[in-house]
Amino acid sequence: MTDRALVVVRAGALTTVQDRGRPGHAHLGVPRSGALDPPAAALVNRLVGNSPDAAVLETTLDGCAVRARSAVTVAVGGAPCPVRVGGRPAPWGAPVRVASGEVLQVGTAVAGVRSYVAVSGGVAVEPVLGSRATDLLSGLGPAPLTDGTVLPLGPPTAAPARLDIAPQPAPPAGLVLRVTLGPRADWFTPRALGELTSRTYRVSPASNRIGLRTEGPALERARAGELPSEGMVWGAVQVPPDGLPLIFLADHPTTGGYPVVAVVHPADLPGAAQARPGTPLRFVAVRGTRR
Amino acid sequence: MRALPVGAHALLVEADSAEQARALHAELLRRRAAGSLSAREIVPAARTVLLDGVDDPVRRAAELTATEPPPAPETTSAPVELPVHYDGPDLAEVAAHWGVSVREVAEIHAGTEFTVAFCGFAPGFGYLTGLPEHRYVPRRSTPRTAVPAGSVALAGPYTGVYPRASPGGWQLIGRTDAVLWDTAREPAALLAPGTRVRFTPVGAA
Repeated sequence: MTDRALVVVRAGALTTVQDRGRPGHAHLGVPRSGALDPPAAALVNRLVGNSPDAAVLETTLDGCAVRARSAVTVAVGGAPCPVRVGGRPAPWGAPVRVASGEVLQVGTAVAGVRSYVAVSGGVAVEPVLGSRATDLLSGLGPAPLTDGTVLPLGPPTAAPARLDIAPQPAPPAGLVLRVTLGPRADWFTPRALGELTSRTYRVSPASNRIGLRTEGPALERARAGELPSEGMVWGAVQVPPDGLPLIFLADHPTTGGYPVVAVVHPADLPGAAQARPGTPLRFVAVRGTRR
Repeated sequence: MRALPVGAHALLVEADSAEQARALHAELLRRRAAGSLSAREIVPAARTVLLDGVDDPVRRAAELTATEPPPAPETTSAPVELPVHYDGPDLAEVAAHWGVSVREVAEIHAGTEFTVAFCGFAPGFGYLTGLPEHRYVPRRSTPRTAVPAGSVALAGPYTGVYPRASPGGWQLIGRTDAVLWDTAREPAALLAPGTRVRFTPVGAA
């Protein structure tokens, strides 16, 4: 048995294995999944010398702790948090050496929600449909980590990056999401569209990897009845019968039956994934390309 | 047909009928295979086809709706046969809706040829069409918190089979031992859009 592995010492509230997801299967009901903050996952992979496809750990608010069975290089990024290696403080956002048998502690996020942990060689659990991502909606990929889980690691492919600190965007104190209206904006009254793009919402604690739920003014429908099921994208702002916008994230269903009032600009979605419950949220309407 | 904007990289083409949506889906798959359309996802649904991962969706929109898609080619492969025990807990309710006996529910359902219109809800869950409009049944007013894997169910115009245990609000008329979704199998999904399906009764109905 290889000793290139991590042993989970403290799984945390929700720690999952994530990569760039499994696109191309939406027509079979398989969500894209993958890291909710893709730039953060890509950065920590780069810091330890991994390919962008390598699987990382995604924590939720309270971090995790893992013991390395062999010497590895790790990097922690995304939501800023205290990092300790072998009990000693270690840098966040930079490659760090962990000796064989030492424990890497990823602490509670001081801002943001999701921290990312890359390990040289990447987490090498068995891929499902080409991806190692945990998909919470579909139950695909490895189960969320539990204490004692052993995670195999792949062989390191390149030397860690040589730098002191990598700049990363600060998690949002206030979230501004650029949206293009449609495809079903006409299912809502002009007043509702005005409210969507002028009032302040808040991120609901009921948010998860499937969607960012909001609290704020309920959007009034211009037409009653049910919408036949239709395809959904990451960033779709779906409005269920309670009228409160729900922004679909990586584990969203691939088809759905509630109208999508608008779609969030892809560049704003990593920030959405880092917004804590209670964060004020505004939707700003922008025109689509060449419209 | 009309194309609706879906953010920066996607568009939703709304067809005038379910048949046109099916034809459009077949045509888009053909174009992608031929290299004249680049899209990461082509997702058919009840009346629409979503294209995601498309460069310049606004330019594509005009192109995709300008011409009527040719009729979808007939599927030549044999239907997938799903053996069903017609003993679901909602059988009597469906029979009452249809105004027939419980036994006739099984006969009508097994006597219908279905086609997978689209997938969603869970990996491998197909929305099967084929029942005539007077056989449509409403969803249960209170969804079940747990529906066993393999449950054969009805709701609105659709029949479906739950690939795994999950909550669900459809009317359960039977169960199958067929494995709808298995990631160790190629393909993982037994049912994909366009697949024809027949249910065959097993045991005493």
